[in-house]
Amino acid sequence: MATWDVVIVGGGLAGLRAAIALRGLRVAVLSRVHPLRSHSLAAQGGINAALKNMPEATDDSVEKHTYDTIKGSDFLADQTAAATLCEQAPRTIYEMEHWGTPFSRLDNGRIAQRPFGGTEVPRTCYAADRTGHHLLQTLYGRIRKHDIAVFEEFVVLRLVEADGRVHGVVGIDLAAGSIVEFAARSVLFATGGYGRVFRNSTNALINTGSGIAIAYRGGVSIKDLEFVQFHPTTLFGTNILITEGARGEGGHLKNATGDRFMSEYAPKLMELAPRDIVARAITTEISAGRGFSGGYVELDLRHLGHDRIHERLPGIWEIARDFARIDACETALPVLPGQHYSMGGIDVDIQGHSAIHGFFACGECACVSVHGANRLGGNSLLETLVFGRLTGEAMSRFLAEPGQGIDHAAIARAKAQIIDQVDRLARGTLNAAGIRDRMRDVLSDDVGVFREEKGLISARDRIRQLADDAVQVRADSAALRFNGGLITALELPMMLDLAMIICEGALARTESRGSHFRTDHASRDDQIWLKHTIATVGADGPRLEYRDVDLSRYEPKEREY
Amino acid sequence: MVLLAGTYYPEGYMSVTESLIHVLRSDETDSAEPAFVSFAVPHDNDMTVLAALLWIQDNLDGTLALRYSCRGAVCGSCAMVINGDITLACRIHLRNLPAEVFVEPLPNLPIQKDLVVDMTRFWESWARVRPYLIRFDDMGEKETLQTPAQLDRIEQFINCMLCACCYSACPLQQRNPEYMGPAALAALARFENDSRDRRGGDSLKEVSHDSGIWGCRSVFRCIDVCPRNVRPADGIAELRTRALKDLLGRRKR
Repeated sequence: MATWDVVIVGGGLAGLRAAIALRGLRVAVLSRVHPLRSHSLAAQGGINAALKNMPEATDDSVEKHTYDTIKGSDFLADQTAAATLCEQAPRTIYEMEHWGTPFSRLDNGRIAQRPFGGTEVPRTCYAADRTGHHLLQTLYGRIRKHDIAVFEEFVVLRLVEADGRVHGVVGIDLAAGSIVEFAARSVLFATGGYGRVFRNSTNALINTGSGIAIAYRGGVSIKDLEFVQFHPTTLFGTNILITEGARGEGGHLKNATGDRFMSEYAPKLMELAPRDIVARAITTEISAGRGFSGGYVELDLRHLGHDRIHERLPGIWEIARDFARIDACETALPVLPGQHYSMGGIDVDIQGHSAIHGFFACGECACVSVHGANRLGGNSLLETLVFGRLTGEAMSRFLAEPGQGIDHAAIARAKAQIIDQVDRLARGTLNAAGIRDRMRDVLSDDVGVFREEKGLISARDRIRQLADDAVQVRADSAALRFNGGLITALELPMMLDLAMIICEGALARTESRGSHFRTDHASRDDQIWLKHTIATVGADGPRLEYRDVDLSRYEPKEREY
Repeated sequence: MVLLAGTYYPEGYMSVTESLIHVLRSDETDSAEPAFVSFAVPHDNDMTVLAALLWIQDNLDGTLALRYSCRGAVCGSCAMVINGDITLACRIHLRNLPAEVFVEPLPNLPIQKDLVVDMTRFWESWARVRPYLIRFDDMGEKETLQTPAQLDRIEQFINCMLCACCYSACPLQQRNPEYMGPAALAALARFENDSRDRRGGDSLKEVSHDSGIWGCRSVFRCIDVCPRNVRPADGIAELRTRALKDLLGRRKR
């Protein structure tokens, strides 16, 4: 069996950007869907960089972007990593533009930038409200130009690790209906987020977070998973994302009495406060009985006018029409918070390297950490491209050293494990989707925007019970070819792993910071809790340890907007 | 009134709490002819066809094969035929359909299994037009300037999500499997019209044949079915004009 230099799992922005950085080597990109279907494409609002293109932003700077990011993170971000993200931003935008991204423009031909949450200066570059779509198509065009090998509809199930280093991955080729192995000198996971562990999420249905769980089971530590971003404005009913850009363009949030309630929570930045603050504000309004019946508030775009809405937010207008039967020019949108992004993820350093030699991660599935306890809008698209490239370059340097040989026996063992698991599923009794849906209820109800001890303990107990039940789930068929039910059953224990890590991390962290808010410990506690949570797999569930934050540039301060 | 894939239905047409979904099932690896299999799906007012199919997969038959991802009509995965209309399953609501719904895979592409079709030819056509910016100039450090008016020239083409609805709706595609199809040619129009692109006349020459830009017969089904309001036929017409001008030596480059 041939050995690849690099196997990249995940065909979204981060994975593809890394592949481009690694071209020339024997690179294989494995994706569970065609790369153009990756969830990166659903990103709407924009990508940040201190380009200073807007008249109001002439004194913007990389430094300001860095500070906004660190403050936005509630001072949990590793500051050198955050600075790197922001330093690399302008060249990243220009590179994507040179490659053909159709950014929206100013009259003078320069890339337009819109205001976004958590910053006083407009630095979010955008392509209407379909920025992710345009970036992903641009990158995938380059992948085809360089003829980089892409294996579509491969679901990776195991990371093969032995002797403290990586040997490859094993998974299912959905079209061929067979278990396949990829022996590799290095592996990169760029598998995205885990939104579907929650009931209410903006994420694509394929975002099960299995990549993070596979790494966890493979012995890799997972960092800060309790920090879950709830996007303030998801469409009531479907939780489809309504971009922060709608507020950036001037949209107003109103409760049932018609008040712009953000004046009570963030008087200066109002609707453009960081996401965790707006999400808590909306949730509070709804709990206090000031929401609309059914449990939502309104995002009013009417005053923006027909032209501006159709020019800057055409995607939103279509989403409102298709999924809420509303014309956003005539009626305000019903919105409420929903799970959206994972600040936490696979524990890696600024090069994307984990503690397992040759195993790297980048993008949403990784935690460097650049976003700390809360991510600013526009910084995720940026992260995928910046760290996609930097991690790819780091892997290139890693591969310049001679390899140490592949442990084929370990790969064979991983393959055998999967075969065993599939056999067991064919003989199981319980319905996987039922357990999955109950897990989602637990997370959304008790590990959401507001958390407290009793709810978290109860959540942990219920997840443990569900994990026990999950051992008995059944798949209707053991056939490997395009068998969605089998994949659901195989991924269920992985999702439960993530649910447990999130829950344990949230229970242990007796403070409130960024997106993690404990009603029973409502203040930030820098004395005890200015540290990252590091979770590793143990006999009875995740073992938690802690690690200091890189505070080399700025003193943590009170976070007010 | 609700406009569903070109047909008007009264709001809440056939208000039901259970739908009978008939799915055309088959597998290229076995010799049986495709046949409809029926599933009863209980639902509330908000269930989409995609959600119904996934409910079937979760509760009735885990082997029902279909493609999906975003569920929000932006990724293009779930294109299929619903009661004869080519559309995205995630944005068709059961409340707007009759109580019996017939679901079939996209035409013009070989069926792999159930609703999963082999998109290889579609992707190959697209790749053939070199769907990336081609330029040889020194781009400098900052962005290449492009005015809103210049961006407007490619506006409709850039929104294509390569869902293959147009490819499946096109009768010329059905007649000629070698035809490159509306999406690939619209993608070429997107790059030809991008003020930054410098691909030169050869690129049009390469598609100036009966399976390229001259394959279109202006039936406009592509425009009818596109969920993103892309007008591939317009793009093809525009490419033909350019090709003719090139032929006559009339085009300024």
